[in-house]
Amino acid sequence: MSGSAAIPDDAGHPVPDAHPGHHDIMPYDPVGARMGMWLFLLTELLLFGAMFIAFCMYYIQHGWRFSLGSQELSTAMGGANTLVLLTSSLTMALAIAAMQRRNTRLSQQLMNATIVCAVGFLVVKAFEWGGKFAHGLYPTSDHMAELSQGEQIFYSLYFVMTGFHALHVIIGGVLILWVKRRVTKGLVTTDRLVMMENVGLYWHLVDLVWIFLFPLFYLIG
Amino acid sequence: MSSADTAPALPKLSYLNEQKGLKSWLTTVDHKRIGIMYLVMILIFFVVAMLLGLAMRLELLHSGKQFMEGTTYNTVMTLHGVIMIFLFIIPGIPAVFGNFFLPIMIGANDVLFPRLNLASWYFYMAGAVLALISVALGGVDTGWTFYVPYSGATDANLLIPLLAAFLLGWSSILTGINFVATVHRLRTPSMGWFDMPLFVWGLYATAWIAIIATPVVGITLVLVLIERFMGIGIFDAAKGGDPILFQHLFWIYSHPAVYVMVLPAMGVVSEIIPVFSRKRIFGYKFIAISSLLIAGIGSLVWAHHMNTSGMANWGRVLFSFLTFLVSVPSAVKVFNWLATLYKGSIKVDPPLLFAFAFLFLFSIGGFTGLTHASLSTDIHIHDTSYVVAHFHYTMFGGVGTMFFGAMYFWFPKMFGRMYKRSTAFVGITLFFIGFNCLYIPLFLAGLNGMPRRYADYLPEYASYHAWSTVGSWILAAGILTMCVNLLQGVRKGKPAGPNPWGGSTLDCDVPSPPPTHQFEHVPEMTHGPYDYHHHTTEEVTA
Repeated sequence: MSGSAAIPDDAGHPVPDAHPGHHDIMPYDPVGARMGMWLFLLTELLLFGAMFIAFCMYYIQHGWRFSLGSQELSTAMGGANTLVLLTSSLTMALAIAAMQRRNTRLSQQLMNATIVCAVGFLVVKAFEWGGKFAHGLYPTSDHMAELSQGEQIFYSLYFVMTGFHALHVIIGGVLILWVKRRVTKGLVTTDRLVMMENVGLYWHLVDLVWIFLFPLFYLIG
Repeated sequence: MSSADTAPALPKLSYLNEQKGLKSWLTTVDHKRIGIMYLVMILIFFVVAMLLGLAMRLELLHSGKQFMEGTTYNTVMTLHGVIMIFLFIIPGIPAVFGNFFLPIMIGANDVLFPRLNLASWYFYMAGAVLALISVALGGVDTGWTFYVPYSGATDANLLIPLLAAFLLGWSSILTGINFVATVHRLRTPSMGWFDMPLFVWGLYATAWIAIIATPVVGITLVLVLIERFMGIGIFDAAKGGDPILFQHLFWIYSHPAVYVMVLPAMGVVSEIIPVFSRKRIFGYKFIAISSLLIAGIGSLVWAHHMNTSGMANWGRVLFSFLTFLVSVPSAVKVFNWLATLYKGSIKVDPPLLFAFAFLFLFSIGGFTGLTHASLSTDIHIHDTSYVVAHFHYTMFGGVGTMFFGAMYFWFPKMFGRMYKRSTAFVGITLFFIGFNCLYIPLFLAGLNGMPRRYADYLPEYASYHAWSTVGSWILAAGILTMCVNLLQGVRKGKPAGPNPWGGSTLDCDVPSPPPTHQFEHVPEMTHGPYDYHHHTTEEVTA
């Protein structure tokens, strides 16, 4: 919207209208955009939060049978993926720092590294799931039906929660690719960086959720 | 104010006609046009769901089968509930009047994320279309609550209605994010938090609930889908899951959702009552803060829906206590509204009558809610038609009434024209009489043991149901009158002028209907939102 001189800049002072006559676009407001992103991240936390509540409740109910299930998971693969995601968070943060120092080329390379990490994570995850499937550990399988209820619900939660997390890894990877394109096109620049920062925040959330998933599933055995 | 003396004329150009054609509407990012698009869709769905409700009442006119099988009745009931809840009453006031008036009332030209706002509308439409497709595929018979284990086992197609509910949830999350960010960032610089109109406070609290609660129900519904289609048993007792957990997660959202519905309605009441009593609202800060308190405490009362579902006794007592507690801020508002009327110079116009109807109906809804909060009575009346009557008094009598109240209050601003005053009185009278005639018998039948959601009943309940069905006809006649009056007003009502009611909020300073770009300059707060004295001085000098 033009004429929205009501919008304060970062310091809270009203800024004059940047695009007079253009009714459809609000002026660039990084503080507002960041606020919107944090609110969105809150909804993501609550979405996972509901699943964590389910996990807590069933863990209290079934206790040691969860440990039985946990022993079947590969701590090595889970640990490797934790390292991969932590590294990717670092590269993403460095990519933003590079943009802030107007080093577009380095920033794009760092984003590439982040995407490589994302793909690597998914590949490891695919091997893990594949291994479980090969052992007949999947919903509706005969083997699952023979397990105790505690183990069944453990694997149900495992597939659902890591599945949702993997979906977020995919979405995050696509978003990073998209931001990279916008950097190439010059639509995201050092002076208009908030889009990239928001994608970075999203990526850190994906990382953070995994930081909780890893001990809950892999380390309680 | 002086302009009210001469006959006002419609502005030549407004948001309604600055751009023309269907495409200009479907691609608009103007908050006012998006509000109108919501209004059209919401009214259509309301009428559809109302017809379904009438059909149910007709089936219940006499005991025994009239024209619907039991399964058909279940489907019609589910559809009535799903449409009314997800397509009418949750988006209702925020999506229509919030979109239209929130930016204007805080002196902004649009919401902070206009494109996201349009995206919310498309999410809403996608959800609505999916809901209709599910009807074409035979409908659903689970009730709007989708309780497991039945929703995991029913033969009905649940994929599409659950996806619909998920998308509608997204729509309200995105609108919530937009409103919170807008209130923080776009208030005109001279407007502090406690200078905001109370409708904005109501929307702000609502938006927070939508952000916090909706994701939980979203993931819960998706988990039901996963359970149905992939055999994962998060809620399946045979696989170690717990069906009661579904009820918890469902109500963690769906109880706060009733405050999503009612807080904006209370906001509208807070706008209407001071304007028509020509008096500054009593206890502004208490009303503003009570909205936040309702949002906060209301998020912690969900398990009172589950008093008969199996829960520890201490849990029941805790939730009972919290439920009593949440009625306090609601009562604070009611007392403040009444105190505003006291010694005011009251002018009875249609919007005020709607506010009165709200006070009466919502108070009955609130008091009958307290009987649910008290554990022993709740066990007695749980799942009876008493509950049906209670939540229709709060939801329909409260929120539905104020949806129309807001319509009658802001219609002149939105369309620049006035409806017929006398017809409005007829409509609201029929509405009020019909409403009570429809739902009071259900209280009584419920107290005597009439279960809810049944397509049939024993002969001893016949007179209650007969009264109730007759009431549904009177109510429908009232709603029809109200709608026809508005539709005629849109086409040939007299021009209303910028401030037909003599209000004091910022929306009263812009033309009716407003231009697309409503504020050429940053508006200055020269007086509070409920300051009517500056009018009187002007009028005196004039």
